[in-house]
Parts: sequence; C-alpha cells; structure tokens
Amino acid sequence: MRPSLPLLDVQGLRFSRNEAVVFGPVDFPVAEGEALLVQGDNGAGKTTLLRVLAGLLPADEGTIRIHGAPTTPATRAATLAYLGHLPALKADLTALENLDFLCGLHGRRGTQSPEGAMAVVGLAGYEDALARQLSAGQKKRLSLARLWLSPAPLWLLDEPYANLDLQGIELVNRMVQAHLREGGAALVTTHGAYAAPPVRTRLLALAKPA
Amino acid sequence: MIWPAARALVVRDLRLLWRRRGDALQPALFALLVVVLFALALGSEARTLSKVAAGVLWVAVLLSGLLALDTLFRGDAEDGSLEQWMLAPVPLAWLVLVRTLTHWATTALPLVVAAPVLAELLHLPRAQLPVLMASLLLGTPLLSLLGAVVAALTVGMRRSGILVALLALPLYVPVLVFSAGSVAASAQGFDPTGGLLYLAAGLAVALVLAPLATAAALRIAHA
Repeated sequence: MRPSLPLLDVQGLRFSRNEAVVFGPVDFPVAEGEALLVQGDNGAGKTTLLRVLAGLLPADEGTIRIHGAPTTPATRAATLAYLGHLPALKADLTALENLDFLCGLHGRRGTQSPEGAMAVVGLAGYEDALARQLSAGQKKRLSLARLWLSPAPLWLLDEPYANLDLQGIELVNRMVQAHLREGGAALVTTHGAYAAPPVRTRLLALAKPA
Repeated sequence: MIWPAARALVVRDLRLLWRRRGDALQPALFALLVVVLFALALGSEARTLSKVAAGVLWVAVLLSGLLALDTLFRGDAEDGSLEQWMLAPVPLAWLVLVRTLTHWATTALPLVVAAPVLAELLHLPRAQLPVLMASLLLGTPLLSLLGAVVAALTVGMRRSGILVALLALPLYVPVLVFSAGSVAASAQGFDPTGGLLYLAAGLAVALVLAPLATAAALRIAHA
C-alpha cells in the first residue's frame, strides 16, 4: 500500500439510464483522512453516483481505482461501507439482533462491540426494542452504528443527515471526524442545506444534465 | 469469513421465523388442506386413493412450495438487506445458497417430515413409502433451488404471484415427473432407482449452478 496513491481514484466515470445521462463524466480522488462532499439538487445523480461506486450499478465508462488498483468485488467489499436510503433492518428483530446480523455479514472492527456502538449513536437502552418500534431517526442512528462497527475504511453516506435531529446531525459530523482521524475517508451526499463535517473536505458539485 | 456470514444469516432467519411463527405454518397447512380435500373428493375407497396418493402428495408439496417462493427474497429486497448482501465480503451466490437452504428447511422440510402421516391419510401402500420419502428428500431441495432463480428474476416486480408460478412450473415439471414417476414405477413392481438417480443428479447440478444463476438474476433485477 503506497501512501502516494489515493484510497479511491475515479476517472471519467459516467452513468446513463435508457440513453439519458444521469451524471458524469466526473473525476475525483479521495485520500485517506479526507471527506468528499457531493452536492447537487434532487435528481442530480448523487445517489446513483454512490451506488455505482459501491458496485450496485455498472458504470457506462470510466475507471474506479482503490489504492491504484482496478476494483474487484473483493476489494470493494473490503474497502467500502454503504449507507443508503433503505435501512436494511428487519422490522421483527430487535435493534441488537439486527446489528449482530449485519456485523456477521460485513465483519466487525475488533475494538468495538455492538452494545458500545449503540451507546455511541445514542441508542443505549434500545437494544431490545424491535426495529419496527424505532422512529425513522432512530433507524438511521442504528444504521450509523452498523457503519461505526464496519472495518471498511471508506464510507459512502447517502444523505446521512436525513431524518436526524440537531444532535443527530452533530453525531454524524462527529463520527465522520473520528473516522477520518483514524485514517478513513468518506463520501457524503447532501443537497447543501446542512452543516458539513468540520474536516478536510473536497467538494464535488453535480449538476442536473441538460 | 464465509462461515460467520452463513451463521449470521441462518440465525437471523430462524429468529425471524420464530417471531412470525403463524406465517411459518402456512405452507404446511396449505399442503394439508390440499391432501384432505383430495381425500374427501375422491371418496373413502382405499383402492382409488392409494393409486393417486403419491401424485396428490407431490402436487400438494409442489404447490405449497410455489406459495412460499415469493417470500424468499422479497422482504430482503424491499428493506435494503439485499443491497447489503451484495456489498458483503462474501460471494452473493453463497448467501443465496444459505438463504435458499434455510428456506427449504423451514418450509419444505416440515412437509417431508409430515409426509408419512399424509401418505397414511391417502392409503399409500406402506411398501412405497421409502421411495416416496427418498423422492421428497431429493426433489424438494431441487424445487427450492430452481424456484430461487425464478424468485430472483421477479424480485424487482411489485406483484408477481402468477408470473412466478408460470415461470417456475416448466422447471418444476421434470422434477414432478421423475419423483411421482419413481413412486408409480415401484407400485407397478419396477425398479424406482432410475428416477431417483435423475433427481439426485439434478440436485447435485442445481446445488452448484442455481445459486450462481440466482445471484446473477438478483443483480440484474436490482440494478
């Protein structure tokens, strides 16, 4: 792992759906300890960009490199943690059971426990609450706990501030800050109204294609 | 890495099953209903019933499997779990295989266990019971694996009930022919091993190939 190569390097990435360009081509690097703020209006392709980076959608053209090497599903899985619009929570399982499953699936940072992560996101005491009883903001916090436990260095956060109260927004900023301090990186989409995390940020503005 | 993920998935599915144990009984109740209705409609004459017993049982199992098929991936697709499966550091096909086998063990296996009782209800000759059980044990996982491909293809659609049945039935027909056929062969005094070996071969192939096809179909349906 040579330090000169950025964690994520995107070049000429473009995606279109039914011949209509959704975004791109875009170029940007994301280095360790850095956050990339993806801004744009509704429909500008922020979510699609993140889904392409995560490998959920195939790109039309362009390259995505992780540490200078072309991505494979294995390197993607080891590098990326994705927080999307869907919480991936089972309504009939408790908060802790949901977290247990997602950690079993993605692996877990050795230093963290699910209970500890729930305390970090302010859900201490809700361990045995069924996910269906949690509010939208609490579900978001639970997804953040999953992210907190993930061993992946690059976070892809799709509208992480949605549904969160003021403390929640500050929580996201604090988590991103701590993650970056440990050598991680983050891509955060936002339509611009919220405060950005107080870290070294780069800005990528997506405009709706004409 | 692949074993902890499989364990987590199995534990999750069993917990979900326990939380919704009313729903879990549905396939078994449906099969019981079909068998009982056939027994009532055909009358209580043991000779008539015993002739069609294996066929009726197999159709009941097949239809109840079809009924349960829609739940295989739909919930996970709707709440975003499937996205997380695709991003996990284990192959999607592996998770699909684990999920399909858990689904089989929770929907079809109870029916296989209940089959001797249902067979008794239909006056199946006792001598044919071992062949029936062998055909069920080989045939039902094969149905689940084939059905998974179809369920994955239709996971992007909102209401896919009859479409799943239409797509799955052509794949199910050979399984039905070989399994019910082997019981019928043994009833006529022929050797049933041919049909059973075909089922076993099909199961071996499907165990390897069906999860790969299912994973590919899930990626396409979800993109």
